[in-house]
Amino acid sequence: MFESSLKQLGDALRAKKISSVELTQLYLDRIAKLNPALNAYVTVNPEMSLAQARAADARIAAGTAEALTGIPFGQKDIFCAQGWLTTCGSKMLHNFVSPYDAHIISQFNAAGAVNLGKTNMDEFAMGSSNETSHYGAVKNPWDVARVPGGSSGGTASAIAARLCAAATGTDTGGSIRQPAALCGISGLKPTYGVCSRYGMIAFASSLDQAGPMGRSAEDLALMMNVMAGYDERDSTSLQRGKEDYARNLDQPLTGLRIGLPKEFFAAGMGSDVAQAVEAAIAEYKKLGATVVDISLPNSRLSVPVYYVLAPAEASSNLSRFDGVRYGYRAPEYSDLADMYEKSRAQGFGSEVKRRIMIGTYVLSHGYYDAYYLQAQKIRRLIAQDFVEAFKQCDVIMGPTSPSTAFKLGEKGDDPVQMYLSDIYTIAVNLAGLPGMSIPCGFGDNAMPVGLQIIGNYFDEARMLNVAHQYQLATDWHSRAPQGI
Amino acid sequence: MTWEIVIGLEVHTQLSTNTKIFSGASTAFGAEPNTQADAVSLALPGVLPVLNCGAVERAIKFGLATGAHIAPRSVFARKNYFYPDLPKGYQISQMDLPVVGQGALTIQVEPLSGNAKPYEKVVRITRAHLEEDAGKSVHGSSQGVTGIDLNRAGTPLLEIVSEPDMRSAAEAIAYAKALHTLVKWIGICDGNMQEGSFRCDVNVSVRKPGQPFGTRREIKNLNSFKFMQQAIDYEVQWQIDTIENGGKVQQATVLFNPDTGETRSMRSKEDAHDYRYFPDPDLLPLEISEAWKAEVRATMPELPQAKQHRYVNELGLSAYDASLLTSSREMADFFEAALSAVPSQAKICANWLIGEVSAQLNRDGLDMAQCPITAQQLGGMLLRIADGTISNSGAKEVFRTLWAEGGEADAIIEAKGLKQVSDSGAIEALVDEIIAANADKVAEYRSGKDKLFGFFVGLAMKASKGKANPAQLNEILKQKLAG
Repeated sequence: MFESSLKQLGDALRAKKISSVELTQLYLDRIAKLNPALNAYVTVNPEMSLAQARAADARIAAGTAEALTGIPFGQKDIFCAQGWLTTCGSKMLHNFVSPYDAHIISQFNAAGAVNLGKTNMDEFAMGSSNETSHYGAVKNPWDVARVPGGSSGGTASAIAARLCAAATGTDTGGSIRQPAALCGISGLKPTYGVCSRYGMIAFASSLDQAGPMGRSAEDLALMMNVMAGYDERDSTSLQRGKEDYARNLDQPLTGLRIGLPKEFFAAGMGSDVAQAVEAAIAEYKKLGATVVDISLPNSRLSVPVYYVLAPAEASSNLSRFDGVRYGYRAPEYSDLADMYEKSRAQGFGSEVKRRIMIGTYVLSHGYYDAYYLQAQKIRRLIAQDFVEAFKQCDVIMGPTSPSTAFKLGEKGDDPVQMYLSDIYTIAVNLAGLPGMSIPCGFGDNAMPVGLQIIGNYFDEARMLNVAHQYQLATDWHSRAPQGI
Repeated sequence: MTWEIVIGLEVHTQLSTNTKIFSGASTAFGAEPNTQADAVSLALPGVLPVLNCGAVERAIKFGLATGAHIAPRSVFARKNYFYPDLPKGYQISQMDLPVVGQGALTIQVEPLSGNAKPYEKVVRITRAHLEEDAGKSVHGSSQGVTGIDLNRAGTPLLEIVSEPDMRSAAEAIAYAKALHTLVKWIGICDGNMQEGSFRCDVNVSVRKPGQPFGTRREIKNLNSFKFMQQAIDYEVQWQIDTIENGGKVQQATVLFNPDTGETRSMRSKEDAHDYRYFPDPDLLPLEISEAWKAEVRATMPELPQAKQHRYVNELGLSAYDASLLTSSREMADFFEAALSAVPSQAKICANWLIGEVSAQLNRDGLDMAQCPITAQQLGGMLLRIADGTISNSGAKEVFRTLWAEGGEADAIIEAKGLKQVSDSGAIEALVDEIIAANADKVAEYRSGKDKLFGFFVGLAMKASKGKANPAQLNEILKQKLAG
């Protein structure tokens, strides 16, 4: 059962081979057993999950079930879910029970899916190792001494460990793709604006995007059918017709043009990663694709540009966490300013504070032009690089992360080293493009390697097709970690 | 050499939308604290702003009314600072690219003292931008605790910034009043100053004529024209005294205390925040098409200035009357509706409105919108004045009855027997009788005592029980007395 695809689970539920309550309970039991070692979930609430499962069973009995009705999903703890503790990985929200549902959550609810629990994450999605969570680091099920990646590390770990069939993530600079790569699962960051950000706790508004994470491209397509769509409560949500993201899955790849950016295959990538990625490209050639060398000359500026823009937006987005209306308030303070200072000093972790300070600095009078405005200009150049590149190819491929999962604590003292682990993923967010990571082998220490697939705007269905065809031809995506 | 006063205004007008600028929460005034604070007003984690088009429409109206440039593309920016009644820790406002650019407002200035004559002046408007209001900190409701009421948080505001074009308190007040009339006139703001719908920040500096601008101090949040005048007068005197005593005015924000009549510094320039403005990534740039502007333009009422010109040029009214009749939209609407009953009698209509109607409203403490008689009722009465059915004194009687009891002029005239006698035969007979009965006075009159004419009018009126048509009576009396 834990190896079943979403389609198989849906079929089994509708055929009444298993009830949603039984399936949910199976997962809850597995979480109870394995989560202490992995720390993938921060909150489980069996009562609420099972109530949803019972409602799903009633719907199945009534014959009104949809594709995902009755299937339990993990939800990244960045999504507000009514009645659920929603912490965003922070002490600041240690006591915040959301009174409302994020759009993504209400979409899953409307589809009859079951919320299995809230998955752990880097605090306010700031991190690439899931070590910044106030609720403790998440472990990689392939090797519990290693990180799962971040910030959607709880989701990635949970999926790899079969603590859910699939779950949601969010991606601001690689937070879906990098943990997907490090945990050997599949993840898709859609085009900016495809999934509503309403109710998704903001890190960097112009970059944040929700997306599905699961074991296969086919699963992701079914989730996209639920997650994508216009929402009038998000002004950056795009008004587009409903689309079936699974419609192209079975298309052959003959004639597919794959762009390989020379900047992604330069120094800095581990040789084990390079080997796996090159093997994947070779596989694609076998499937009928051709390869084009392309260049993304400004992509080398992605990391510095990102570390101006994302903290700038974050410094403002996180201002609402002030101890006044909800969340953490320092127990003792002398006056208003002292309450702000102590509540925020005690409520935020050090990585969040570092980024708030960077962001505050780059927006300050006298520095704004040199940092923020300049970064915005380069951001446009980076996006323009992709526009040029997509004149020559249909999808772009490369590594998701320069290395496989590193050891817990290995990069903790060196933020710049940590920031560089998103070097291949960040440009995609800056350009607002869709990006994916799918497993394409194993590197040193038998840790998974991810292949990144970047598509043109709104080309998710094609990307899913490209990933699915590869997954039909290979079995990297169905490998499961042993010994947990 | 005397000092020249330089004043510029920043006026926050609360736009009259039913819901907030970035959420669907109600903007109604006076609700229980925090009952109109939805998830967006509370700035819960994850919520996002969605622009209320009604607020934009009102900004466009203002731009059109002041002949201003309306930006085809404007940008919302975040103004970052911490305050308990600012739930997001930033205010969504507009900085570099406001929705309304340069415009102008023509004002009628009535000097506050001396015998100076009223004059017209054009005040340039620098810009007007959309922004959200903050909530309210409620101090002292219980000991040692400050309450926060977020009902007002997110209420749409249009901040209208003028150039430093005003040179006296009188000009500043005339501008503020003209702006107040205009925003109510075009229906974008209810103008209720007690409820904070129209709040003025006044920038004041003094200089010797011909010199560069002096350092200004900003008087915050004035919500009555009376306070504005007191505050400016005090502030100007304070600045002059400071400079003449060898001091220097420091740039500062000050508050006016109505109890003491003084202004007091709230914070100096050194404490000024760095607001770290940047474009709000949650909102797309605001684009206003020509088509949208045209759509809004089609809903615009005739503006007060255009009406004034029309009243003077087409109706033959004086500029003074025209300005009084356009002091509010209600007044002008009332005037035009009443006038439609007696289209050729603009002057009589204007006189009644400016005279009796305004006086009665004043006495009863009502404003035009609460006027107990309708324009149709007044028009019905004016019609009977115009066609000679009733005399002026009869009309006053009709008006009193309309005001107190309602009804219709014709029925009142009938019931009270106010129809004036315009039958010349009847008047002649009456006059003949009086002349016959007062031979001595007639003789005196004829010998040159013209003043007695009034005496005869009085007698005749009395004899007619006040119903004789006065013009006709005068005519006949004059003839008959001449012998």
